[in-house]
Amino acid sequence: MAETLRKTVWLKHLAIMLIAFVMLYPVLWMVGSSFKPNNVIFTEIGIWPQQWEWSNYLAGWSGIQGNPFSRFLSNSMIVSIGAVLGNVLSCSMAAYAFARLSFRFKAAAFGLMLLTIMLPHHVTLIPQYILFNQLGWVNSFLPLIAPKWLATDGFFIFLTVQFIRGLPKELDEAATIDGCGLIQIYWRIVLPLAVPALITTTIFTFLWTWDDFFSQLIYLSDVTKFTVPLGLRLFLDSSSQSDWGPMFAMSVLSLLPCFIIFILCQKYFVEGIATSGIKG
Amino acid sequence: MTASSMTKPQKRSKRAKKSAASPNNRAALFFLAPWLIGLICLTLGPVLASLYFSLTDYSILASPNWVGLSNYTEMLTADKLFGTSLKVTFTYVFASVPLKLIFALGVALLLNKGIKGLGIYRTIYYIPSLLGGSIAISMLWRKMLGGDGLVNQVLLKVGIHAPDWVANPKYALYSIVLLSVWQFGSSMIIFLSGLKQIPSDYYEASSVDGAGKIRQFWSITLPILTPVIFFNLVMQIITSFQSFTQAFVISNGSGGPLNSTLMYSLYLYKKGFAFFQMGYASAMAWVLLLIIGCFTFIIFRSSRGWVHYEDGGK
Repeated sequence: MAETLRKTVWLKHLAIMLIAFVMLYPVLWMVGSSFKPNNVIFTEIGIWPQQWEWSNYLAGWSGIQGNPFSRFLSNSMIVSIGAVLGNVLSCSMAAYAFARLSFRFKAAAFGLMLLTIMLPHHVTLIPQYILFNQLGWVNSFLPLIAPKWLATDGFFIFLTVQFIRGLPKELDEAATIDGCGLIQIYWRIVLPLAVPALITTTIFTFLWTWDDFFSQLIYLSDVTKFTVPLGLRLFLDSSSQSDWGPMFAMSVLSLLPCFIIFILCQKYFVEGIATSGIKG
Repeated sequence: MTASSMTKPQKRSKRAKKSAASPNNRAALFFLAPWLIGLICLTLGPVLASLYFSLTDYSILASPNWVGLSNYTEMLTADKLFGTSLKVTFTYVFASVPLKLIFALGVALLLNKGIKGLGIYRTIYYIPSLLGGSIAISMLWRKMLGGDGLVNQVLLKVGIHAPDWVANPKYALYSIVLLSVWQFGSSMIIFLSGLKQIPSDYYEASSVDGAGKIRQFWSITLPILTPVIFFNLVMQIITSFQSFTQAFVISNGSGGPLNSTLMYSLYLYKKGFAFFQMGYASAMAWVLLLIIGCFTFIIFRSSRGWVHYEDGGK
């Protein structure tokens, strides 16, 4: 009895590991291929390079069409960090109002906010483009950053509202008695306590902005303004069979920030997804 | 209001006036200001504007002329590619969403029963969801499933001569479906947390009564999990209808071969930003909203029949 039980446990582990291996294989193969010489990339099925070729990274880093890859990286960083700061501040402000203040039309405003989460971005896409075009913002980072400072990602407001509602109200009341105004309560009491929600907001805003291809494709046209996704696409467009190595190398590099954040903040990922259903 | 007017005579009780019960309209306006500006300028205004543009022939180059419903009638009667893009998108949604959820549930069940190393497995299975939205992975996919790509090299080893998956109109869309199913990790994590909520005495009681594993799955696990399945289903359908990046990269922006990967979003993008038919693209956006709305409504309506809540109520 115990023997068959142990056998089924082993079988289960084996199945789980096998599926995991098959799933990760493409990614591992890409990482391996980024160190292989160009002529063997598509003939070698194995992951481990038989001969290490570091030049792929040098060639990729030197960039494309006179633009070093570091430019794409720094552009992406500017956009992503700008978006994160905007989302964290504007969404937490709105969340504080919804969770702690009483005001007229609160229920209606909250309902409206939830509705905007469900709205496909296609519906606002063209008027937004026209608006930003008239402001002269097209081909700059502003259309990618400014909306985040205006709390357009209702999802993060909702997430933070839920979190703040779980915080004890006594702290706010004690602070009021001590003479704190609402702004001070928000800044000194609620924000520090809501750090887990702010970290979740930070992580997912960063990842989504980093990977956001559609808006960057629409709003950025000048190669010097290109972000990592657009830069990679340049590689794809202009690469012949012979330089897949550098492209894979830069692909690996582009995934690295996401991966590092994931490893550092795993706990927030699992909790964020499990409690609120964030799409990863 | 009454609480604050009662304290009015005492000047020094200004602080008490701010107690939680009294309304703080002005403060709320301050905290909500960014959101309100965004709501009006970037959401509500654009929603109305897009409805208006959808009734015009607007291109960014010339001012809009009112054309009534002709964008919509063109879509339904004259524009063959519109029909194609609908068919492609429906095929994609109906193939990828169920497969993804079945995989997610299956692996979650495998991982659930107190297995050792759950944390590591969960991490590994989540990695595709983490990276899958990126351009890098879409490019890898395109190259992996290409004529002489990794997949065909492996198949060749076992003696199968396979076609170029992404260049063949029969298979190209399914290579994108595969990419979507590959990212089942985040749904799986939601299933795992749902499975954790099921009290173990349900299983103990039923095995005393002689129920086998399969019987337990159908009469305990699955019914209790229906709210989670419902949630995953709604989220996946909404996002799948809007899928863009993967089709764009794998078909190199064309929706090819032979329009077999011309997803709705991709066609909308082409109409609006390649041909500058922004009125038409706006109309397409409204049709998409309508389609997603209908689906969400149908799932919500049907959920009364198949979603079970533990408290037995609404």
